[in-house]
Amino acid sequence: MYDFELVKPTTVEEAVAALSGDEAQPLGGGQTLIPTMKQRLAMPGTLVSTSGIASMKGVSASGGVLTVGGATTHGTVAAEAASSYPALAALAGGIGDPAVRNRGTVGGSLANNDPAACYPAGLLGSGGVVVTNTREIAADDFFQGMFTTALEEGELITAVKFNIPEKAAYAKFAQPASRFPLTAAFVAKTSDGVRVAITGASEEGVFRWTEAEEALSSNFSADAVDGLSVDADGMIGDIHGTPAYRAHLVKVMTKRAVTAAG
Amino acid sequence: MPKDHGIGAANKRREDVRFLTGKGRYTDDININGQAYVHFLRSDVAHGKLTKVNTSAAEAAPGVLRVFTGKDFEGIGGLPCGWQVTDRHGNPMQEPAHPVLAQGKVRHVGDAIAAVVAESYAEARDAAELIELDIEELPAVIDMKAALADGAPKVHDDLTSNLCYDWGFVEENRDAVDQAIKGAHHVTTLELVNQRLVANPMEPRVAVGDYASHSDESTLYTTSQNPHVIRLLMGAFVLGIPEHKLRVVAPDVGGGFGSKIFHYAEEAFCTFAAKQLKRPVKWTSSRSEAFMTDAHGRDHVTKIELAMDAEGNFLALRTDTHANMGAYLSTFSTSVPTWLHGTLMAGNYKTPLIYVNVKAVFTNTVPVDAYRGAGRPEATFQLERVIDKAAREMGIDPVELRRKNFVTEFPYATPVAVEYDTGDYNATLDKALELADVSGFDARAAESAKNGKWRGLGMNCYIEACGIAPSALVGQLGARAGLYESATVRVNATGGLVVMTGSHSHGQGHETAFPQVIAEMIGIDESQVEIVHGDTANTPMGMGTYGSRSLAVGGSAMVRATEKIIAKAKKIAAHLMEASADDVELKDGAFSVAGTDKSVAWGDVCLAAYVPHNYPLDEIEPGLEETAFYDPANFTYPAGAYICEVEVDPDTGKVTVERFTAADDFGNVVNPMIVEGQVHGGLAQGIGQALLENCVYDENGQLVSASFMDYAMPRAADLPNFSVDHSCQTPCTHNPLGVKGCGEAGAIGSPPALVNAVVDALQRNGKDVKHIDMPLSPARVWAAMNG
Ligand SMILES: Cc1cc2nc3c(=O)[nH]c(=O)nc-3n(C[C@H](O)[C@H](O)[C@H](O)COP(=O)(O)OP(=O)(O)OC[C@H]3O[C@@H](n4cnc5c(N)ncnc54)[C@H](O)[C@@H]3O)c2cc1C
Repeated sequence: MYDFELVKPTTVEEAVAALSGDEAQPLGGGQTLIPTMKQRLAMPGTLVSTSGIASMKGVSASGGVLTVGGATTHGTVAAEAASSYPALAALAGGIGDPAVRNRGTVGGSLANNDPAACYPAGLLGSGGVVVTNTREIAADDFFQGMFTTALEEGELITAVKFNIPEKAAYAKFAQPASRFPLTAAFVAKTSDGVRVAITGASEEGVFRWTEAEEALSSNFSADAVDGLSVDADGMIGDIHGTPAYRAHLVKVMTKRAVTAAG
Repeated sequence: MPKDHGIGAANKRREDVRFLTGKGRYTDDININGQAYVHFLRSDVAHGKLTKVNTSAAEAAPGVLRVFTGKDFEGIGGLPCGWQVTDRHGNPMQEPAHPVLAQGKVRHVGDAIAAVVAESYAEARDAAELIELDIEELPAVIDMKAALADGAPKVHDDLTSNLCYDWGFVEENRDAVDQAIKGAHHVTTLELVNQRLVANPMEPRVAVGDYASHSDESTLYTTSQNPHVIRLLMGAFVLGIPEHKLRVVAPDVGGGFGSKIFHYAEEAFCTFAAKQLKRPVKWTSSRSEAFMTDAHGRDHVTKIELAMDAEGNFLALRTDTHANMGAYLSTFSTSVPTWLHGTLMAGNYKTPLIYVNVKAVFTNTVPVDAYRGAGRPEATFQLERVIDKAAREMGIDPVELRRKNFVTEFPYATPVAVEYDTGDYNATLDKALELADVSGFDARAAESAKNGKWRGLGMNCYIEACGIAPSALVGQLGARAGLYESATVRVNATGGLVVMTGSHSHGQGHETAFPQVIAEMIGIDESQVEIVHGDTANTPMGMGTYGSRSLAVGGSAMVRATEKIIAKAKKIAAHLMEASADDVELKDGAFSVAGTDKSVAWGDVCLAAYVPHNYPLDEIEPGLEETAFYDPANFTYPAGAYICEVEVDPDTGKVTVERFTAADDFGNVVNPMIVEGQVHGGLAQGIGQALLENCVYDENGQLVSASFMDYAMPRAADLPNFSVDHSCQTPCTHNPLGVKGCGEAGAIGSPPALVNAVVDALQRNGKDVKHIDMPLSPARVWAAMNG
């Protein structure tokens, strides 16, 4: 780790001001950023912690929308969204281990947009918006490929709004070592149709599987996906699975999510 | 009734109080006044020529005391290899130099190029980035067969090739085996990989070097399984420090699994630098460094052929293995694929003809050495897999095929140079079949099928050689060390005992089990016995802990020393009771004279030994302290039968271990709870190998599985509740305790059972899959099912 300054603002305004400094970067739970810094692969000059900003914390549901503060931990979402949006609560409760969930935040996870992270599937699958200090970004516009998002330099995720569907479920197939998704599917059914978001599989990061969405919109059952196939082209290949295997898992996990959603 | 005291009692581990309350004292807890810190600059390429190493900017950086490079070690010895293997043609193996810091060339990712010693870790690390480095990258050799091809780049320019040795065993049998295989009714052939593993003990390696200029004495604190071995190797071969000026201390050690047997460059460096700088020098490995510097395990590629007659009697066995040595020869690397592997190829079976060929190969990878089981898991895996395949091909039940070929009469001299003293393989097999409820399998399989899962059953037997080893024998085989063990038993004036042993506990529970032996012999409470280990300054020269040897060899030394104590104490007691020593009995901590009511307590005899007022001074010396060195007459041969039941998810290829049964014959058992714990740990590691763990290099020699994000360790949730039994006991015939060793069995015996079970699940469901290489990751199983 290189030397850095740590600031711990209590308001979004203070945080944004601190982030305008040279080489400044937000610090959420540090579950991704700190290990990267320990390996000297990142050298921010200033870390602006979100953990002291009360307005960025908490979970509330109203009008069919679940609003989660950008600095809310996975553990809090798992506990507090359990009745309002159980599928999302389950997703949060399945991230890492208790230590990770007690630190890691929804804002950090989405800003990082790891191609194997859970939350991107939850947000893209639910539809909704990422609220920042300057604007609202629709879920469909937010994710722009592996580790890339629509966020500008210094822009802070202050909250995330998830549309609460009629039914939803998240089916995660864990990578054996990291236990991140090797491939996972988030399926949500609303009155407008079905959304299917896949994480862990594609070299482009999280994506919507539109063929499955169409098939499921007319018949919300696992069988509806049977006839579909996923192209292995563009899928991730690594020591844990070939592109063909991941393409296969896309379908299996989608079916499982549909079944789990009921 | 289970005993509550002495041999056979399930005493709770006394050391756990310290470990579980955070009071363990590990090497990293040692901080010496004035200590400096070293950071190693390591190669990020697998193979390259060092054309420039300019340290001047680093030397000038804040806090830096000195920057060392290969130049500083030019006149200094390299790390020695402890076992010289002679090849098929009678020639010694090729043995390259193993410098402390790279000399002109780097040979694997992680090879140390320079060492920066500074006032703090952070300063050392910062300064290391200022070292100007030019490396002319050379093509790397990673694949073993490619490394042996003509014209392959050489890992060591001064060797003739990348072949360390081509070993044949038993060479005289080669033709006879070939003939037998040619003429056999049926030959089953299997090609497989026993993949490379990273030991990953919970505690990473640490070394602290210290130098006392007033006495010219060097001290090394290190995470070692065998401090005396390190003192000998480092003192005599690397740094040229005589034993009386060198002390090696291995305090509490948080797991080793073999990886902390070996002498590592960082140990020599810290000892050397401390003397140069007249400052203590400390190194603490990061987990990332551990992945690329701790010796790896396994990494064999094997073809095995089993010849049978029409009834399934084993006629001959031939194996052809490539064993990866990595870039340098780690301390015991050369012995693992040879004498710890070839000698076990008979398994539990009376195959009359066996030939084992092993080509050990240098590659641009981390050195490979002993890892829990060391050679024996590799032997067991190939043998028990090929038998399973043979059973299928011959249409014989795999249990029956094994039974038919069991060795049943003991002692049994195998065609691979070892003699099993005792065993009862049918007994452990029967026990395992009973505990595993094999007869209920079909019902369970039907239940699984209802849930869309495929259930499979796999079994195997195993035998291993523990209690390494008779010194004269291993000397003939090329060992450059003796393999006895030592113990000094010091009885204090008030009757308590201190036992100083050359064995070393790094999780095995010696502090609990060893006192049980002594308490039993004398008839006193275990709390009266304290075990001292891990410090060359206060333990007799001993060879340490590995190869499940501590109780069989170290325990035997303790028994011998205690016998001497008792013999002398009897003389003292005889004097006190005015009787003849021959008539004195020791029972429950008291001496008595047969047929009389004369009695004297253990404590009174001890006191008399140190306050010899009324004492036979003309016959015996005062004091009560004895040392024994025990050199075993043979290896010990634990054996058993393991049964695994798995479920395979046909949609994803994911395997879950549903049941696992281990029936082991460890001979006599001193502490059944510790034995059970050892088996559990071994099973976790064996299942880890079979299902999860895989150390992978890419073709350029980059370590792909270089962290826990990609190297999958087994977790509690991956394991079922084990059913473990050790009630079948055929005591070892040649050591005084009749014990065999239990530390590695679980890791040796479990991988084939699991793979056999998965193959069985696929076969039962119409997939003609003959073999899947470990780890049986979901992706691999799915690919095999859909292949
Ligand atoms: C052992 C382990 C297991 C894990 N398993 C999983 C898993 O199964 N599934 C999964 O999805 N994740 C997993 N994670 C990752 C975890 O969810 C992290 O919490 C997450 O990736 C990052 O969140 P964080 O709050 O820790 O962010 P940090 O590490 O603090 O930051 C990550 C990045 O986001 C930026 N950032 C942080 N907060 C904000 C904000 N409010 N606005 C804008 N940018 C911000 C930072 O500058 C940085 O670039 C795991 C992590 C670990 C260590």
